[in-house]
This record gives sequence, C-alpha cells and structure tokens, in this order.
Amino acid sequence: MTLIQVRDLVKHYESGGLFRGSAPPVRAVQGVSFEVARGETLALVGESGCGKSSVGRTILRLQEPTSGSAVFEGVELFALDRAALRKMRRRMQIIFQDPYSSLNPRMTVGAAIAEGIEIHRLASGKDVGRRVGALLEEVGLDPAYAGRYPHEFSGGQRQRIGIARALAVEPSFVVCDEPVSALDVSVQAQVLNLLADLQRERGLSYLFIAHDLAVVRQIARRVAVMYLGRIVEEGPTEELLREPRHPYTVALLSAVPVPDPERQRSRIVLGGDLPSPSSPPPGCPFHPRCFHPLRSERCRAELPPLRPVARTSAACHYAESTPAPAG
Amino acid sequence: MTRVLDVENLRVSFPAARDRVYPVDGVSFSLDRGETLALVGESGCGKSLTSLALLRLVPPPGRVEEGSTIRLGDTDVLALRGEALRRIRGRRIGMVFQDPMTSLNPVFTVGDQIAEGVRAHFPVSRGEARRRALELLREVGIPDPTARLDAYPHQLSGGMRQRVMIAIALSAEPEILVADEPTTALDVTVQAQILEVLDRLRDRRGMAVLLITHDLGIVAGRADRVAVMYAGQIVEEAPTAALFARPSHPYTQGLFASVPRITGPVERLSPIGGSVPPPGAWPSGCRFRPRCPQAFDKSETMPPLLPVGPGHRMRCWLAERGDGGAG
Amino acid sequence: MNPLADALARAWRDPRGRAGGLMLAAMAAAAALGPLVLPDPLAQPCVLTCRNLPPSAAHPFGTDDLSRDVLARVAAGGRISLAVAFLAVALSATLGAATGLVAGYWGGAVDSALMRLVDAALAVPRLFLLLLVLAVWEQVPVVMLILLIGATGWFGTGRLVRGEVLRLREESFVRAAEALGASRWRIMFRHLLPNTAAPLLVAATLGVGDVILLEAGLSFLGLGVQPPAPSWGGMILDAKSVLVAAPWAGIFPGLAIVITVLSANLFGDALRDAVDPRGA
Repeated sequence: MTLIQVRDLVKHYESGGLFRGSAPPVRAVQGVSFEVARGETLALVGESGCGKSSVGRTILRLQEPTSGSAVFEGVELFALDRAALRKMRRRMQIIFQDPYSSLNPRMTVGAAIAEGIEIHRLASGKDVGRRVGALLEEVGLDPAYAGRYPHEFSGGQRQRIGIARALAVEPSFVVCDEPVSALDVSVQAQVLNLLADLQRERGLSYLFIAHDLAVVRQIARRVAVMYLGRIVEEGPTEELLREPRHPYTVALLSAVPVPDPERQRSRIVLGGDLPSPSSPPPGCPFHPRCFHPLRSERCRAELPPLRPVARTSAACHYAESTPAPAG
Repeated sequence: MTRVLDVENLRVSFPAARDRVYPVDGVSFSLDRGETLALVGESGCGKSLTSLALLRLVPPPGRVEEGSTIRLGDTDVLALRGEALRRIRGRRIGMVFQDPMTSLNPVFTVGDQIAEGVRAHFPVSRGEARRRALELLREVGIPDPTARLDAYPHQLSGGMRQRVMIAIALSAEPEILVADEPTTALDVTVQAQILEVLDRLRDRRGMAVLLITHDLGIVAGRADRVAVMYAGQIVEEAPTAALFARPSHPYTQGLFASVPRITGPVERLSPIGGSVPPPGAWPSGCRFRPRCPQAFDKSETMPPLLPVGPGHRMRCWLAERGDGGAG
Repeated sequence: MNPLADALARAWRDPRGRAGGLMLAAMAAAAALGPLVLPDPLAQPCVLTCRNLPPSAAHPFGTDDLSRDVLARVAAGGRISLAVAFLAVALSATLGAATGLVAGYWGGAVDSALMRLVDAALAVPRLFLLLLVLAVWEQVPVVMLILLIGATGWFGTGRLVRGEVLRLREESFVRAAEALGASRWRIMFRHLLPNTAAPLLVAATLGVGDVILLEAGLSFLGLGVQPPAPSWGGMILDAKSVLVAAPWAGIFPGLAIVITVLSANLFGDALRDAVDPRGA
C-alpha cells in the first residue's frame, strides 16, 4: 500500500536576488519520481552534489519545491497551506546526519524530545515526562538522561536522541538523511540495528538517504541511485547490486572498498570530476565520464528515460549491454 | 628491507582534572622502505595523535612522554630541535591530512603552495620551484595541470584538493608519507581515484606509507601490514591477509562483525556493546574487558602483545589458549 | 550545565575575568550601598568653611568647591552612571536582538529593509546626534537620557545577532524544529535567541564601558545628567575651575570612570574568549 508517491520533483536553488548579481541556478533535483510503500525502506544513494538530501528536505517542505508533486497518505503535500502543513508534520519526520548540530546545545535532551509533543499537544503535565522517558528507553538510553545537555553525549547517543525526538510525534514516514555517515563503525552498526528494530515495531516507512552501498544493503529492500539530480537506476537492492545496468551504478559499486583482500576487484576508476549542478551537461548527465563501450552521439544529445531493463530500471540508452562489474 | 621508521613505546600525555591521561599509551611499530602499514581504529583510539607525534606536532598542552623513541633511520626525532626538526618535517616525513577543505590556504594559489613546499626544503629558484610544482600536479593526476597551477583552492573540487595536498606532501620528496584518513571526507568514487594515486606514487618512488583509517575496506586492498588500535594501544598487528583471514583479538572480531557487507548474506549486524571509554576512564587490566564477550578472569591483568601466528600478534590472553579467539 | 553558564564559569576562571568581574561588582556594590551610609551628596554642611578640603578622615575623598563630600558624590554619581549604563545597554541589546532575529530568520524583503535602515542609521554620527538633541532639549530627565543612548546604540548589535542567526538557521536542530512543526516565534525564541545569548552578552558587557564614557562625556559638557544630581562627568566639569587648588575633586570621579570601564572591558574580553571558540 503506497504511503508516499513523488512525481517529477524539481528543485532549483536560485543564486540571484535583489542586491546580488545573477548566476545560473543550481539544478539540484531535475525530475525525480518514486514511491514508498507502508512499512518499507527505499534508499536514495549517490555522491555529493547528486541532490539526494535536497529530495528529502523538499518532500517534507523544509524547502519549497520548484515543481512536482508529492502525495502522502492521499494528500498533496505541495498544495497544503501553512496550518494544514503544520498538522501534517506529525506524520512525517526527519533524522539528520550530523549528530553535533542536530540538537540545540541550549536545550536539555528531554526538552528537545518533548518539543514535538508540546507543539502538537499530544500530552500535558506529567504525561509529557513519562512519554519522554519511554522514548529514551525505546532508543536504548537511560530515561534519567532527560535532564542532560547534548554536549554530555557521544555522537551515537546524540543520533539516538534525534531518533527519539522524531518518534515523539508518532510519524508513519521518516526521512533518514545519512544518519550513520558520521559515526564510527561499531556505533553505526548499533544505530542501523535500532532503525531496523523501530521499523519493525512501529511499522515505519523510511526514505534512507546514504552514499554507502553496503549500509544501504543492510537496511533497504529497494534502492534508487542518483546522479546530478536524476535517478539513473532503481530496483530491488540485491538485483541492483548483482546486476547493475547503469554505468554509474557499475562504477559506484566497483569503488566500494571491500574488506576482503582476496576479492580485490579491478576497479573502474572514473575519470574527471563531477560537473557542477549549475551547468549540467546536455543529454545524459553521465556521458562525459561514461565508459560504456557503446557510448555515442545519442548520449550527448538525448536524455535517456528511466526504463525497465532486466530486473531494474535504468536511464541509459544502452543499458541492455552494460559491461558487468569485474570480479 | 631497509628500515625507515622505528617507533618504540610511544606515549603521548595530556593534562587532565587530577593527573595526566595518556591517549597514546605505549605504541610500537616499524616501517620498511616501500611498505604500507595501516593503523586502524575508531575515534578516540589515539591513531591521529600517534601520527602527529611522529612529526612532533602534538598540540600543547599535550606532549610526548619520556621513554618514547622515534627513529627515522639513524635520526632520533625526539632529540631534534629547531632547524633540524624543521628539516625533517616534510623532507623525510610528509603528511596528508584528513580535510582538504581546511588544510589549504584559501588566499594563495595551488601552485604557490606547492612551490612553497619545494623551496622550503631545496635551494631552488622560483622558476624551478614552479616547474617542479607542475610536475607534481601531473604526477598526482590532475588534468590540465598548467591551468590548475594558478587556481585557488575554492575553485577545485574536494578530490582535486586532496590531490594537491598529496602533491604538497610530496614536494619535499619524503621517505615516508603519513596519510591521516586521506579519503574520509571524499565520495567513494573520488576515494578510489585518490587511493590509486597513492598506490602509483608508492610504487614509483619506493615511499613507505603510514595509512591511518577506520575503514577496513581501504585497508584490504592497500596495506601490507595492519595494526589495530584501541584505547591508546595496539591490540592486534598482522600482515593484511592474515588479519582478514583470522581476526584474533575480540575487538578486531567485533569490528568485522559490525561492518555491513556488499556481498554475502545480509544478516543483522553484531555491533560491539557499549562505547569506547575516554582516556581518563580506562578500566584496569585489559582495556577492552568491559565490552568483551570473551573476557575471563585473567583479563584483569593487562596483557602484553602475544604471538598468534607468523608476524601476527595480539594483546589478549586468549592467545595463550592457542585458539586465538573464537572468531 | 548549559553552555552559557559554562562560558560564564570559564570567564570567571580567567584572571582577567575574575579581576574585571570583582572590580565591577565592587563598584556596583559601592554605588548601591554607599549612599545609604554616606552623607547626603547634596548636603553642604558648612558652606564656607568646608570648601576644597583635601582628603581626611572626615572626608576620605575631600570636599569640592561647594563643600560637598566627594566620596558621597562619587558613590551617588556611580548609582546614576551605572544605572544609565546598564539600562541603556539593556535597551540596545533588546532592540538589537529583536531586529537581528527578525531580519536574520525572516530574510527576504524584511531583512533588506531592516538592514538598509541600519546602514542609514550608522551613517549618522551618534555623538553629534546626541549633542544636537540634548543641546536643544535642556534639562533632560535621566530616563530620556537612557532612552536616547539606548536607542542610538543598537545597530552594531543588530548586525551581530543577524549574523549569528544566519549561521544558526542552517544548523540541523533548527530544521528539526521546523520539521516538528514549530512556529516561527517558537524557533526564534526557543532556538535562535538562546544560542545568540553568549555573543550578545559579550557585546553588551563591552558596551557598558562605551556608555559610561559617553554619559560621562555628555555630562561633562553639561548635556547629560543635570545638576544638582551627581554624576562622574558632571563632577569633573565642576572640578575644572579648581583643578589646581583641589585636584581630588576631579581625580576621584575620573578614577571611578577609569576603573569601571577597565573592569567592564576586562570581563568582556574574558567572556569573549570563553565563548568563542569553546572547548577544542
């Protein structure tokens, strides 16, 4: 059952203004469409500048979209007025990447978690404190910590607090914006397990934004790969990793360091740099760096549509014959 | 094999509330010409401080303790002062830092900064320094180096900047390159590019490399030997293949169990319980004991490094049992 | 312990902070309690015989040209000068914070309008403006003086707060509050303002010294606190004519000014170091 359906989402950041000069807008998101079902996790994967964080923020209307639609539980999010949007915010939340800036340093941890409860009047008086305590326990922290300040906690603990804060309003959908990228390996594992457990216990849906394919594999059944503002491939995680059809996915996969000295694959090292999102190349965004043997003039002239190929969907004119990753 | 670096019983201390604490507490290792040693560990294990100590760059009020030895070939690094010390920095040991965004001076061109490195160690003219800078840019694989020579750091991407950092580190033609998390701040495809540059350089120049990282995947492909650090000590060291085939110290095993995999079955991760204790709060005896699933009564005494296999040692009493940890 | 208390504690541990803080506290205490135990600053007990007496046991700071006890006047003047300073600074801080918050968070046209206002106001020299207003308005009551000084001193603070808000606005915790559905006011007052408190306090503390000097200068010119109410600047004005014969009448109020300004600046410096950068 579809929880959220995003169609043709576009987000451009203007870099002009009344007193500033005009420069080309940064085309962060250029027509992205996807769906997330109830209780499922869709991962959005890509490197810096691909627009994945912008997608997450724009869906929640933390930034206004340039165009497109996002239908959540049957309601068009982009058409809501301020008051209706405020009420809707209970149903969809976000967890951030940086544990050091995601908590207000001047607020106790308990106050931070309680804020959502207060704003939406979900409880009052002593009840609030009890809920905060229960939430802290749910994320694996001692309820007595409610009176402490963020700087007294480690990065992993702060992420848990951020998760508790998001859960306090009982959302059905959570955008996880690189929630473990800034954490150490063993802490990362703890938080990933926590997110998986919470999903199971509460029936949450996640849009899991990440750059690490191995992490994604751990938590997401479906994945969409982004490059320069577009989805270039999407499909079930295992299929995509086993048989990637878009050259960028192949390169991304081959670049992931594997902790196994026996399996050192021959890496496809991409030449060149990521083009600037304010002047993306015409046609296929990947063509200047593409190593597909059939790369042609068509790639430069014509933007390939995202279409089903074998077990996934890929945006490549020659996806049927993409060379398999070596090793 | 010529030995280029010998570190014995390195201890770095910082003042604390009552006494001093030792975030690096008795670390010993050596490097041969052309060899890559990886120093692996999570935040707070002391690996970065160790690398800073090699160049005597430990920030005050920290200091290197009496009884530590750092020998560069015949030179006793800890006995050097002033001009002599300045001469080994860069010239015999070069360092690449983690964050290329802040390690480059924004008001000087890239060419100037590399040339500065050259002229600091060789009495050459400006013209000659500039020529060498161009050569170095080419060597680190920067496309169109002549144009880039006069570029400012902000005009370059993260991957480019990191290559410039490497070029600066190489400008003095050091015997040893210390790379402190050189790719952590970079995307995975860029990371692949940088690691390839380091490999080429090592092969061509016969440099020894001390690679500091928390990423086991990077280690697998590149290091000849690995030393795992925890709470200021080396807890396991081995040739790379041996470490990955038979991780023996419970901490190392825990690390491996926490890393999400890109291949193989997807199972729930088994993170190490608890968190890393800060330097002031280390337990007596084996420092991993509170978090170790295999702790036993002898763990109350600090274990020395004990042999587990050829060239393979670990700081754990389990080595005496001959089973090298349950794996 | 929250970060503001933390910064204050750290400033206190700094020797400059401790010295400045203690001196400032001493001056404030003397100003508050002094007039309760000291003779009436306006009293002229012995009109002709007590003029310009040097410091003695009966008059530790001596007497002035009108036979008034200098110590009593310094203490009473301190009350007024310190009150003007703290209240004017408080007014400036409030105006600056409010403007900075709104301009920084709301952005857009509101921000542009407010900042152009600030730019225009900064183009007018503060001292000349005050001189003009006060020269025309004779016998200005102290309350008006505070309002005038406060209303002309908030522009720099406004810019400072706006800068902080622009930076804070991008922090994840502000976005998190937005995602929770927090209203603009809630974000401004619960999230942004508390995090600007520390730099604001630094600016305010350093501003106290400025206002003391400003008020003393205005009073010296006869435009600030009006006689017979005592003020440090006014006392120096009075002492001008008898400076050779009775230097103490001018030295002690002058010292009071110097010590107060110095201590405010010392404490402000220590506080600034404690606030930024914090920790590592």
